[in-house]
Amino acid sequence: MMDAAARRAESRIDDADLAALAGDVAGDHAVERPTLYVYEAPVRIAHWVSAFAIFTLMVTGYLIGSPLPTVSGEAYDTFVMGYIRFTHFAAGQVLAVSFLARIVWAFFGNAHSRQIFYIPVWSKQFWYEVFYEAAWYAFLVAKPKRYVGHNPLAQVGMFTGFTLFVAFMIITGFALYSEGTGIDSWQHKLFGWVFSIWPNSQDVHTWHHLGMWALVTFVIVHVYAAIREDIMSRQSMISSIVSGERQFRD
Amino acid sequence: MGAATETFYSVIRRQGITRRSFHKFCSLTATSLGLGPLAASRIANALETKPRIPVIWMHGLECTCCSESFIRSAHPLVKDAVLSMISLDYDDTIMAAAGHQAEAILEETRAKYKGQYILAVEGNPPLNEGGMFCIDGGKPFVEKLKLMAEDAMAIIAWGACASWGCVQAAKPNPTQATPIDKVITNKPIIKVPGCPPIAEVMTGVITYILTFGKLPELDRQGRPKMFYSQRIHDKCYRRSHFDAGQFVEEWDDESARKGYCLYKMGCKGPTTYNACSTVRWNGGVSFPIQSGHGCIGCSEDGFWDKGSFYDRLTTIKQFGIEKNADQIGMVAAGAVGAAVVAHAAVTAVKRLATKREDATQDT
Repeated sequence: MMDAAARRAESRIDDADLAALAGDVAGDHAVERPTLYVYEAPVRIAHWVSAFAIFTLMVTGYLIGSPLPTVSGEAYDTFVMGYIRFTHFAAGQVLAVSFLARIVWAFFGNAHSRQIFYIPVWSKQFWYEVFYEAAWYAFLVAKPKRYVGHNPLAQVGMFTGFTLFVAFMIITGFALYSEGTGIDSWQHKLFGWVFSIWPNSQDVHTWHHLGMWALVTFVIVHVYAAIREDIMSRQSMISSIVSGERQFRD
Repeated sequence: MGAATETFYSVIRRQGITRRSFHKFCSLTATSLGLGPLAASRIANALETKPRIPVIWMHGLECTCCSESFIRSAHPLVKDAVLSMISLDYDDTIMAAAGHQAEAILEETRAKYKGQYILAVEGNPPLNEGGMFCIDGGKPFVEKLKLMAEDAMAIIAWGACASWGCVQAAKPNPTQATPIDKVITNKPIIKVPGCPPIAEVMTGVITYILTFGKLPELDRQGRPKMFYSQRIHDKCYRRSHFDAGQFVEEWDDESARKGYCLYKMGCKGPTTYNACSTVRWNGGVSFPIQSGHGCIGCSEDGFWDKGSFYDRLTTIKQFGIEKNADQIGMVAAGAVGAAVVAHAAVTAVKRLATKREDATQDT
């Protein structure tokens, strides 16, 4: 027979136990997980602005190269091609501004904000880890290494697949845009040199198309890698680009 | 070919052209050059006072379409006046002299007007086999060109041949036909591309040089800005149909009858810099798009090697199979997509297998 005080003592729960006992109806317990702030707000905003702009540019760009079926009626009643081209040019300028802002932020932001703008080609360690990561994707090693920001392979992918390709698209895009604005425009003054490389702008159009498809393949790989790593690497990926925080699950 | 001290005006009057017609020509030229009302009197003044500039017109590997266009310069007076205005000392296709007599004029002009004459080149020199694919006056054309270019004031590269190479330079270019600016690098060169260039553009360029005593302002690619700074597309009278999204889908469909935009039929207007949609051809009668056919981009570099004239998207031949950028891109994206799916499948299988292993180890 226990006295009341002893019973009370037994049923008293301290803070540590509380955490262990708290749980949802399924009996799952909340766990403290190491979380790091990786992607600052400007990086996340630039990411999503670029994503939507690039999606818009791909759809409208494709329709500029292969227009929709002919519309009937008076020419002044419709502006189908005009709106598609306007959307393309507007999204292009948005992408360019966000890209520029992102470059500026690389000078002020944390170390992760600089990752996509360079590849440390001089670092032996870096290349070793690129191959290690490649081996992880080739199912040759059992567990990937942990990184707070991009892993080295991802850094190579982001630098070429995003930074270089998007820069190429912005440059060729403005060069093509300058054809409409004329040779006295700032677009032509800044980007007209593209036509010194390809004197016939027909070639610039073709390269701009190929650049679009290069970005399509980048997006496929980028999204797949993000989802896969989120599951396989035991760290958050998809929510990180929304909240900015990376959580390590064990 | 008259004495060089003659002014243009005296030659023009000698040809029986009235002063009234002369002024008509001046104002027409000023207008076509976009120079404003005062320029007409300046042109007249220049033609009345300046001595004629000797022009040597040479023919390399070409089809003479530039000459054919030139002699059809729309305003009759333009044709008469220009052929008289310049002192056309040598043009082997249309000159009266022949043989040694003709060739002697070259030497004479070179000595007498050192650094003062204009070298107008129609066609280009083939460089392969020491230039043997184009023999002119018993010598490879490339030698003649280099010799005459040495003492020229400036060079006018007539047409797509002299400017870019044109069809004789099409892949694989067996004769190694080479545009003028790749052969002559120490002289100012004005490119007047087109196959052929518009007659009024040709006479306009010459008139500009005569009037102002200097070369017209050139763009990045060496073409006179006044005629080549805008695309066919920018001034096309069918542009409203382009913006509206009204296209000819196939030849002889309803849209073709209505005169809709030829963009989908491979019109190269959006990438072609020339004055066709403003100056037009044959005295402003028409131009290709107006007659229902897309622009083939004949004034653009490499237009002869860029796939079909009737495709919107350019065929890329570097891949062995002939596909356009979108077809190649779709294949690439499809391949990457398939690779991703396969990779995901392997990942899933691996993961399941590992889990099962873990499970068996646990028990």
